[in-house]
Order: sequence, then structure tokens, then C-alpha cells
Amino acid sequence: MQKFTAVTGIAAPLMKANIDTDVIIPAKCLVGHRRDQLGAFCFEAYRYRPDRSEIPDFVLNQSRYRDAQVLVTGENFGCGSSRESAVWALAGIGMRCVIAPGFGDIFFNNAFQNGMLLIRLPKEQVEQLAAELESAATSTVTVDLQKQIIALPSGVQISFEVDAERRQALLEGRDEIGMTLTRDAEIRAFQQRDRDVRPWVYQTLPRTKLAT
Amino acid sequence: MVAELSGGVSLLAIDRHLLHDLEGGASLRRVADRGLKVHNPELTFSVPDHAVATHPTRRADSTPNSSRLLREMKEGSEASGITYFDLGSEGQGIVHVIGPELGLSQPGMTIVCGDSHTCTHGGLGALAFGIGATEIMHVLATQTLRQTKPRTMRVRLDGKLAPGVAAKDVILATIGQVGTGAGRGHAVEFAGSTVRAMSVEQRLTVCNLSIELGAKIGMIAPDDTAVEYLAGRAYAPDGEMFDRACVHWRALPTDDNARFDAEHVIDATMIAPQITWGTSPQDVIAVDQRIPDPARETDPQRRQAMEAALAYMGLKPGDAIEGTPVDRVFVGSCTNGRLSDIRDAARIVAGRKVAPNVRAWVVPGSEATQRAAEREGLDKIFLSAGFEWRKAGCSMCAGINGDTVAPGQRSVSTTNRNFVGRQGPNARTHLASPAMAAAAAIAGHIADARKLG
Repeated sequence: MQKFTAVTGIAAPLMKANIDTDVIIPAKCLVGHRRDQLGAFCFEAYRYRPDRSEIPDFVLNQSRYRDAQVLVTGENFGCGSSRESAVWALAGIGMRCVIAPGFGDIFFNNAFQNGMLLIRLPKEQVEQLAAELESAATSTVTVDLQKQIIALPSGVQISFEVDAERRQALLEGRDEIGMTLTRDAEIRAFQQRDRDVRPWVYQTLPRTKLAT
Repeated sequence: MVAELSGGVSLLAIDRHLLHDLEGGASLRRVADRGLKVHNPELTFSVPDHAVATHPTRRADSTPNSSRLLREMKEGSEASGITYFDLGSEGQGIVHVIGPELGLSQPGMTIVCGDSHTCTHGGLGALAFGIGATEIMHVLATQTLRQTKPRTMRVRLDGKLAPGVAAKDVILATIGQVGTGAGRGHAVEFAGSTVRAMSVEQRLTVCNLSIELGAKIGMIAPDDTAVEYLAGRAYAPDGEMFDRACVHWRALPTDDNARFDAEHVIDATMIAPQITWGTSPQDVIAVDQRIPDPARETDPQRRQAMEAALAYMGLKPGDAIEGTPVDRVFVGSCTNGRLSDIRDAARIVAGRKVAPNVRAWVVPGSEATQRAAEREGLDKIFLSAGFEWRKAGCSMCAGINGDTVAPGQRSVSTTNRNFVGRQGPNARTHLASPAMAAAAAIAGHIADARKLG
């Protein structure tokens, strides 16, 4: 997994609540594309007209925000489908960090599995941040996971909380499958004990063959 | 739970891992590419649903997507020793329909699947939730997941439902009242006399939309209704083992004095048939209400979202929603593709004809559901009314198998998401119950199913 220590880059404000994963990446793009090709379809309905021409009003189509690496957005970002492609699509347009009052639960887990930092801040603070990005001469910020600080164009610093375990995993670029496999003896011992307590869970042959 | 890790993270043992065609084959390949083996193939089951065609003569290679995905998943499953429910067998269907139907999903189990509507299985008292692609690999390789314990929320639904009100109306009204983000970070228990009186299929519908409440986990305490539902199912325990399992299941319900981090109480007697008007499941009203006016909304962000939703949906504030002409009607999906749903729709359709401006479909949630409905003659009711009667799959809910709503067209759909583009680019989706969808097909416009009942 890609490490996340600190990122300095453009932050783009997209202040809409409940942006769902179907909007981040439409289902029709989920098949037949490699992960690294999904950026082309990220926010498709916001970015493009049906003839693929750009919608100039959309924040990420504006020259100031085109190369954004940080997205500042509304409540419940990434709600809906569990598709991890939503994270890959955001990564595909260069996003490393998303700041919002809250995130969809499954999207939240998926992002951290891919070296993407999600930061929860109170709604008022996110709105102030978005307003400052629009009014300041530059919208470059630094997100420092080591220090847990967002440095704004004005010089103001916002501190943020992140789950200690997730923070460490991002800083190290951890491979969780590898780590869990080091505990395989524990997993097998658990299953052995559990077979005695709940044997029916492990009896998974059908009592009768299913009709075809 | 296998182990308590640091930082409040637990290593959670997984009892059932369900794979579907969108991620199944690719995940098995990724595990093999890393030189890893599937840890417990006997606890893993795979089934094609998202990408499959649903026309009556469909085959595995009917769509370009399904052709590749199904081959990859079937071969990967067979190579790993995973049971694969192939097209044409009674096991095939939408993963969240077949799990309960086959008795694979049981109370107290941890069940995961790479699909956010895995919360459905909570209707049987399972701890079930959707996971992403990396987590799928983690489960395949270790039969565990690293998870943080969620906060708890109880939604109490009390009282007898009014005639013509379905489980779908109950959960849509709940989402409308508490909001689509309210359950975020929580596992939700649905409780109260309304829920206790529901059948398992109705409970599955309620739990299915937990994720639309923001919660990846929704559940209902197992009781006699759940136990009776499971008895005799193909993969449920049998004989003495069933009795042993029952003792365990009956000990699962929440203690009377349990405290929740959040609680909502809803008077279910007041709920009327619901229909969505916008592009979030919380944008919902009773069918006899008027489309809300953004001008009356004080929060500027919310006002903007309402305006954008109404523009996308082609609706005017203040208009009655009843009478809005529709082009497509869809009865199906993991929300409402079960036998009782199909019966609800058939009751409205019987002896009537689909309006000439509407193309209406019934897509049973599983092969077994389809066969059961056909044994009751329900297919004939729909076919003679002018509905299409199709084969099991996610169909018009997934937007990935060729079954879509054309740009600008309006559908009344028994599915779970009215998101922008969900049923196809610029498709306009109204979520509703099976009876409400059937009523729209007959009337040719959004209609109050109670008037046709």
C-alpha cells in the first residue's frame, strides 16, 4: 500500500452533501477497465456533458483546481455502494486526501486500504475551510499526518484526529493481509474451538442437492 | 472474535463469505497471484447476479460483461473448492436473496460480501455488512477482517401498519425522518412491535435499506419467526443440530436493559405508502403529498441539493407527485425481489393491463423464487397484463448488465437507490414498494396503490 506521511497540494472545495459512490464512479465503468484507468470516469456526471465536453462550472474543471490532491466536501461523502473503485477513481485523478464532516462507512475503510487519508472535521470548520480556499490567493494546503495538522494558505493550522491504528497503517504503508497471516495459528485455534460451540456454522453441505 | 488488536481494532472471524460476479473472479485471481490460498473455501459461496442478462433466454455469455466475469468466477471458484451456484440452478439469484433463501444466512453469523446491501442478512439476526475489494482479499486469504467496533443505534418501530403499507414504506419513511446519514458509524437494530409482526422477507427489506440510513450493519433480533423461516432450508442445520442451533440463536437478542448510543422512535401507524421525489433515499414523501419546495428550506446547502435533485428529476415544487407520468416500472432487486414482494405486486396487477406508455418488468430475485412464483401462476398474471417476466439477477438496479432506463425516462422501481445515473445516465428513479410500482404500471403514472387494492 502507498504510504501517506504528508501531502502539499491544491485543495478543491466541492461542498455538496451525500455525494454517493455511483456519482464518484458510475457502475457501467466498473467492468473492463484497469484500476489505473478509472480516473477518466471519476465524477463523470458532474464533469462532462453527454457529448463528453467539460462542464466548466464543475470545480475540478476549473484551472485553479484541476490538479487538486485534496478534496474538501460535504457530509456523508462516499455513501452508497461498497465499490472500492470509488477510491481508485479518486486516486486516478490525483486525490490523496478527502476532508468532510463525515464519510460512508464502507468507503471510509476502503480509502484507508489504498493509502488515501480521510479527515473528519466539524461541519462549520469544513465550511470555513472551503470558503477560505475560494477566497485566498492560492488554494495550496499541506496535510501532515505525522503531526496531524492541515496548514492553510492563510498560515492557520487546523489539527485533526485520526484513529491511531489507521494512522500507523498509512504512515508505514502496511500490508494488512500479510500482518493477519502472521496470526494464522490463532485463527485456526479459534475456528477449532468454535467448531465445538457452533458446529452447524461449519457444516456447509446442502441436505439435498439443489434442483437444476 | 479471534483477537483484540491495538487501537480498538478487532480481528473478526467470518462465518460466511459470499462472492458475486463483479468482484468474485477478480478477487480469487488476485489471491492466487499473491501465491495465497483461500483459507476456508467451505465457508465461501459464489453466485452470478450483477452482470447477468435477465431476458428469458439468457446464457452466461449473453452480455460481454457476463461472458468474461462468469467464466472467471466459475473457474476460480472450482479451482479453490468454492460452491458456485450456476445460471439455471435453484441456487442462482441475487446474493442477498439466495443467502436467506438457501439457509446459508443464519442468526448470529458474521456474513460479508463485496456489496453494500449485505446488511440485508441482518433480517435474520446475522451481523452482516458490505466490504470493499481489499477486504474481500483479506477474507479470502485469512477468513477474518480487521474491524473497529461500531456505535449502536436502535430504531423502534411501534404499532400496526395501516392497510396497504409495506415494509418498504416503513424503511423509506424511517430514512425520510432520520436522514440518510443518521446511521453512519453505527450498527442499527430495528425493534418494536411493528418489526416483531413482520415476516422474515419483510425484515430483509427493512434491513436491506440500513445502508441507505448510513449504517453498514442493520439487524433484527431472531425469534420464532426467524427460526420457523430457517427450518427445512437446504443449507440450514438439520435434526438435532437444528435444535442445538436454536438454543444458541434464542440467546442472541439484545438484553431488555441494553443502552444504545443513539435511539429513534417511530410511530409506524402513521406511515402511508411512500415514493421518492429526489436523488437520495431521504428525498421521500407519502404518495398523497406534494413535492417539497426548496424555497422553504433554510439550510443553503440543503436548498441547493433539493434544487439540483428536482432539476434532475424534472419535477416542480408544489405539484402533486401522484399523476406524474412514468415510462418504466421495475419489480425486483435484493430489496423487493422475493416471493411475497411478487405476490404484493400481482395482487394489484391481477385482471388489469399495463398502461400503453409503460414498459414494466418483474425480475424475480432468484431462480427458486421464480419457480415458486410460477407454481402459483403469478407469472401468468403479469404476462397477461403486459409485464415482462424475466430471469433472476440484479437487472435494473445495477446499471451494469444491459438492463437500464433510457436518458430522461422515469421509472418507478422497487430498488434501493435513486442516485443520479444509478439506473443509467440521466435516468429518473422513484423508489417505492412492489404494490406502488405495480400501481404505476397499471395507471401509467405515479399512483396510490391503495386505490387499486
